[in-house]
Amino acid sequence: MNQGFALPAPAQPGQLPGNLRGNPHLGQWLRITPEGKVMVSPGKVEIGQGILTALAQIVAEELEVGLNQITMVAANTGFSPNESVTSGSLSVQDSGRALQQVCAEVRAIYLAKAATHLGEPVASLQICNGLISGPSGAQTSYWDLADDALLDTDATGRVPPKPNTVYRKVGTSARRLDLPDKIFGKTRFIHDMELPGMLHGRMLRPNAPGATLLSLDDAAALACNGVISVVRDGSLLAIVATGNDEAEHAAAKLSAGAVWSQPNESLPDEQDFASWLRSEPADTSVTASPPSPASSSRTIKAQYAKPFLAHASIAPSCALAVYDGAILKVWSHSQGIFNLRSDLALAFAMEPEKIIVQHVEGAGCYGHNPADDVAFDAAWLARHTPGRPVRVQWSRADELAWAPFGPAMAIDLEADLDAAGTITGWRHSIWSNGHTSRPGRGSSPALLGAWHLATPFERSPAINPPLAGGGGAERNAIPGYEFPNWQVTSHRILNMPLRTSALRSLGAMANIFAVETFIDDLARAANTDPVEWRLRYLHDERARAVIALALEKSGWPQQNLIEGKGAGFAYARYKNSGAYCAVVAEIDAAEQIYARRLTIAVDVGLAINPDGVRNQIEGGAIQATSWALKEAVRFDRTRVTSTDWESYPILRFSEVPKISVHIVPSDHPPLGAGECSIGPVVAAIGNAVFDALHIRIRQLPITAERIMSELAQQP
Amino acid sequence: MMPAAPQQPLPSTCITVNGQSHVLQVDGDTPLLTILRNHLYLKGTHYGCGSNQCGACFVLIDGFAVASCDTPIWAVAGKSVTTVEGLGTPEQPHRLQEAFLAGQAAQCGYCTSGILISAAALLSRNPHPAEADIHQALDRNLCRCGTHNRVVEAILRAAGQPAPRTP
Ligand code: FES
Ligand code: FES
Repeated sequence: MNQGFALPAPAQPGQLPGNLRGNPHLGQWLRITPEGKVMVSPGKVEIGQGILTALAQIVAEELEVGLNQITMVAANTGFSPNESVTSGSLSVQDSGRALQQVCAEVRAIYLAKAATHLGEPVASLQICNGLISGPSGAQTSYWDLADDALLDTDATGRVPPKPNTVYRKVGTSARRLDLPDKIFGKTRFIHDMELPGMLHGRMLRPNAPGATLLSLDDAAALACNGVISVVRDGSLLAIVATGNDEAEHAAAKLSAGAVWSQPNESLPDEQDFASWLRSEPADTSVTASPPSPASSSRTIKAQYAKPFLAHASIAPSCALAVYDGAILKVWSHSQGIFNLRSDLALAFAMEPEKIIVQHVEGAGCYGHNPADDVAFDAAWLARHTPGRPVRVQWSRADELAWAPFGPAMAIDLEADLDAAGTITGWRHSIWSNGHTSRPGRGSSPALLGAWHLATPFERSPAINPPLAGGGGAERNAIPGYEFPNWQVTSHRILNMPLRTSALRSLGAMANIFAVETFIDDLARAANTDPVEWRLRYLHDERARAVIALALEKSGWPQQNLIEGKGAGFAYARYKNSGAYCAVVAEIDAAEQIYARRLTIAVDVGLAINPDGVRNQIEGGAIQATSWALKEAVRFDRTRVTSTDWESYPILRFSEVPKISVHIVPSDHPPLGAGECSIGPVVAAIGNAVFDALHIRIRQLPITAERIMSELAQQP
Repeated sequence: MMPAAPQQPLPSTCITVNGQSHVLQVDGDTPLLTILRNHLYLKGTHYGCGSNQCGACFVLIDGFAVASCDTPIWAVAGKSVTTVEGLGTPEQPHRLQEAFLAGQAAQCGYCTSGILISAAALLSRNPHPAEADIHQALDRNLCRCGTHNRVVEAILRAAGQPAPRTP
């Protein structure tokens, strides 16, 4: 099923692509063993997205080996290349390109060795499943020639990878390498790890953000069966026991003996968080187009809002650690093991070289979740019990209440129109906390436990990544349409009563929701078909192609004659530079809104594994549907109150829409697929709700209560 | 540290897991999930919430999909428990496991074992479920990665009535 897909064109000869630049040593990326295996050790990590399989396909293609001859080694700060954080749909670009080049060079090195060995010219040699043969029939193999010394050298960037026309493995839907273990219930998750002599730690968090531990009576907890110790440093408190249940049981007793300071009412009014955002002190930045002369006859304005959202991973975060008095070893499902190591080094005043972080798979990860926080907790406890490994797993309630949230956002849009109804000016203003507070990037550790110590580390407010890399709050706020005179104003709120950080697609979801539903209103005001309206301002052929494909496959425009049914359209190019995505959503408006069908067209450039892309797009679309219709972090003035699946409901089987994903074949550079469907799905659902009910909901989630209250306000 | 109070002798409970009998000397209130994971080292059954709200810990008890996090061991005495490990193996996969592999019906896979259990319970009482039956049978299983449609298709396939991939 070779579709002629290509990895991005090689960099200039001598120039190293992707993450090979910072990590040029070939032996750091892979090893060939005499036993017939290619051991590949990228710095990117599996977070449920199938990246290891896509990377293995790239290796198999370039080295001419079978997927079953490849072992993907989980990343480890001791030996893997430092590929920073696995996020932002960038892994294939950064890691895939690097591995492609590594393998091209490894192949050349081994072919040269084989040529000498067989006495035949390199150009005459063929490789098949690692066997290297010459025209005379003489044979050798990677495994016969295996020698680590051959790869003890830096990449040169001077060996060209294979031309895409001969691809046989990249571009096919190879099965995921990790799924058999998961489907047969084999030990694979960090949660399943057992280390000899392992103890279990249980954290006791303050009763509200900002509360401090005034006094502690731990006698009842210490008297419990299996309890080893109570560990306290300021307001950081934990119990260590021989078993998980013992720890949990004793934690309840410990909790009864803990007196916390009266929580101050530090949280905003949940019902009116948008006003709170608009009134807070902020760091304001403006990005604008060069001005062009234009006159307008009128301005249309609207306001939008999106609540705090939880990662709500299906597993509470977990970590293990052991400290031998000199070396601290940590097992973690962090997205960025090197960044975690830096922050652990800061927190414990250790040299980074004395800390080893080993990645182990956890449950699905959609951004900066508590993986790093729990790694700190385990490491902190391990330092109190030298020689004994400690496992810490958060409770469901802590996972929902103490993880960083995707920030709430308020958005104002303004469009200036001339007499003919053409856009002459566009203003997009955002109020939001920063969208990242990941570890490893500041002078103080970004780890929850470190902020609760007797001598606490400073908690820095979340920031926004630079716009050049896609931005945070401003992601997808710069118009993807050819509007003259646009301006994007981002107010980054400095006060952070609820901790915020990166959640799948960052600001793009709310920005695309606002823009794409606003555009439908503008089109209606101009009596124009909403898709046609968009196409007037959109001449990128790839964009037009995904739009055409989504319309064709969905059967748009549907005649909406049935009461309570609606269809809506939305489009965006993720980060303005990533994958293109167009969506048609069809909904039923009954006692609540049900998304029934989503037709999604994407251009993700080269699809290394088309089924993997489809799986990611579907998953993103279902999560987006859940955000659009159900989710909001709940809180009162002192604490988060959505601490279980009843108070933080997510989409269930009976509520999931049918989804068809259509991929535009492309030989453009690969673009991540995990996030591109999020914004367009939410916006298309918003437009479908309007189509069904003629009510414009501008605040997420689109619930029955919100629709009723909007109805009540209509004249 | 104070010495622990003298303990009552622990009762013994006999349970059958994946066809094998076990006599356990544990507090009768210990959740079945703890027994499976920490005593029998069957790690395929997962902890997600501990309060019967997510389905990650589902096992079959006498053919019904039950939350093992919320089931005390005394309630399982004399009953037959099947975990995901008992459904099938790579060598002898359950038809659901085959169908999940063929349809790549997972992402992170953390919810998968609980979903397989709910699906197995469904197929044993309704070998030819309609899509709506599957939705209903799986409504107590949460999946955050969004693999729902693949799961439904895989179950239909296992039941011998594959749905077309594209609606
Ligand atoms: S862990 Fe048992 S239902 Fe969630
Ligand atoms: S596959 Fe990740 S939660 Fe279902």
